[in-house]
Amino acid sequence: MTRRYSALSLIKEGLAGQKGWQPAWRSPEPKKNYDAVIIGGGGHGLATAYYLARTHGISNIAVLEKGWIGGGNTGRNTTVVRSNYYYPESVAIYGLAHRLYEGLSKELNYNVMLSQRGMVFLCHSIGEMEIGARTVNAMQINGVDAEMFSVDDVRRVAPALNFAPDARYPVFGGVWQGRAGTARHDAVAWGYARAASALGVDIIQNCEVSDFIIEGGRCRGVQTSRGTIRTDRIGMAVAGHSSVLAAKAGFRLPINSYALQACVSEPVKPILDTVVLSPGTGVYVSQSDKGEIVIGGALDRTPSYGQRGNLPTLENVISGLLEMFPAFGQLKLMRQWAGIVDVVPDSSPIIGESPLPGLFLNCGWGTGGFKAIPAGGTLLANLLATGKHNDISRPFDLDRFVTGRLLDEAAGSGIAH
Amino acid sequence: MQLFHCPFCGQRDETEFHFGGEAGNIRPDGADVTSERWASYLYLRDNPKGAVREVWVHMTCGEFFVMARDSVSHHVASTTSLDCAEHAQ
Repeated sequence: MTRRYSALSLIKEGLAGQKGWQPAWRSPEPKKNYDAVIIGGGGHGLATAYYLARTHGISNIAVLEKGWIGGGNTGRNTTVVRSNYYYPESVAIYGLAHRLYEGLSKELNYNVMLSQRGMVFLCHSIGEMEIGARTVNAMQINGVDAEMFSVDDVRRVAPALNFAPDARYPVFGGVWQGRAGTARHDAVAWGYARAASALGVDIIQNCEVSDFIIEGGRCRGVQTSRGTIRTDRIGMAVAGHSSVLAAKAGFRLPINSYALQACVSEPVKPILDTVVLSPGTGVYVSQSDKGEIVIGGALDRTPSYGQRGNLPTLENVISGLLEMFPAFGQLKLMRQWAGIVDVVPDSSPIIGESPLPGLFLNCGWGTGGFKAIPAGGTLLANLLATGKHNDISRPFDLDRFVTGRLLDEAAGSGIAH
Repeated sequence: MQLFHCPFCGQRDETEFHFGGEAGNIRPDGADVTSERWASYLYLRDNPKGAVREVWVHMTCGEFFVMARDSVSHHVASTTSLDCAEHAQ
């Protein structure tokens, strides 16, 4: 019976006819009671369960997933990991996630295929170069690696870009984060699931929460498609559908749901070994290890829960891509899809206790939740275990919308969500 | 490309329209409005899955109107010109 993954176990199983491999996680029947329940079996929910068990020693917990784990936004993003944000609070949270990603394969004994190939955030004018320098300064002061790239530096890392002086968005330079890169998104969900399951966490798929049990003004459990489950601590990490569950719990959130599209080309030989993001065209692009060009862009313009995406946004993204990389006009698109994301007015996440005591939130990551998975899990686990914020999660409490202490990263770092 | 029906111009491309917010979200009035009430008006949303009523603007003609549609299928049930009575419902 093989539980631990290693080169040695590969050889042993190879010699033994591959008969000793075990399912990566258990699929038990839900119990009637748990010490804590997490709604949402995406990266954030599974990471929360893992850190609750690993860091806080609370393992009598369940992760409830309405579909299959990692089937929502965790499996629909463009897999970029980075931490190029502006405000100290944002750098603290995304920096934590970035550092945890760097040790994640070892921590989970599961290869999440983190590839720190670097990312360049292009500047298309002298003004954008000045804003880029401001971003680099802020990141360095906040302790995150960042470097200003000249046009020659950009040409060195991404020679296929359109460097024509008469380009619609000419390249003047860019902001470089060398530690940024990509990770295998499914592997992040599967790795956390496997590690959490090994620590005793019940991962229950095809289990949709239909209502909350509210007694004495507190959340005491959930009604699900697989029966009633009672618990005094519930965490919810259900990006895209946060408002739907909040309505069942009797409160509203500062969230609009939008579709975010992505697409991949047919696989081709290596042409792009960094992540490139252009604020001018609104396009970000990388090449997967399989060779597909992975393309993402801006949100759709119509609030939506339909996981499809509308054509005008796709057309914008593709025309932007061809402006950046004219040679990509020869590629054929292989797949297009969309995930539903929580869009928050200040483009920062919401982490904290909800207006219903006993129910804790991890939502509102907009278009950037994947890169934050280890931090979102760590912070929600801390809240569930202690009932209190730590210094990293406190600024992201829901109360900032009443006090006015918003963390506007759309203005701070120019992110589009 | 989806077509939306502007009450003034008729069927037009979705790219000509801009989402303005949920219908019925009325600005609070008076000097003693609490921070919680302001936060509710400015930020909190129903964001329902399924039938929605929203304020949209047709940017090319400037017409504001209420669109009833489905946020999953994107099917448009109706569009009606905006007046305060309609918005307040």
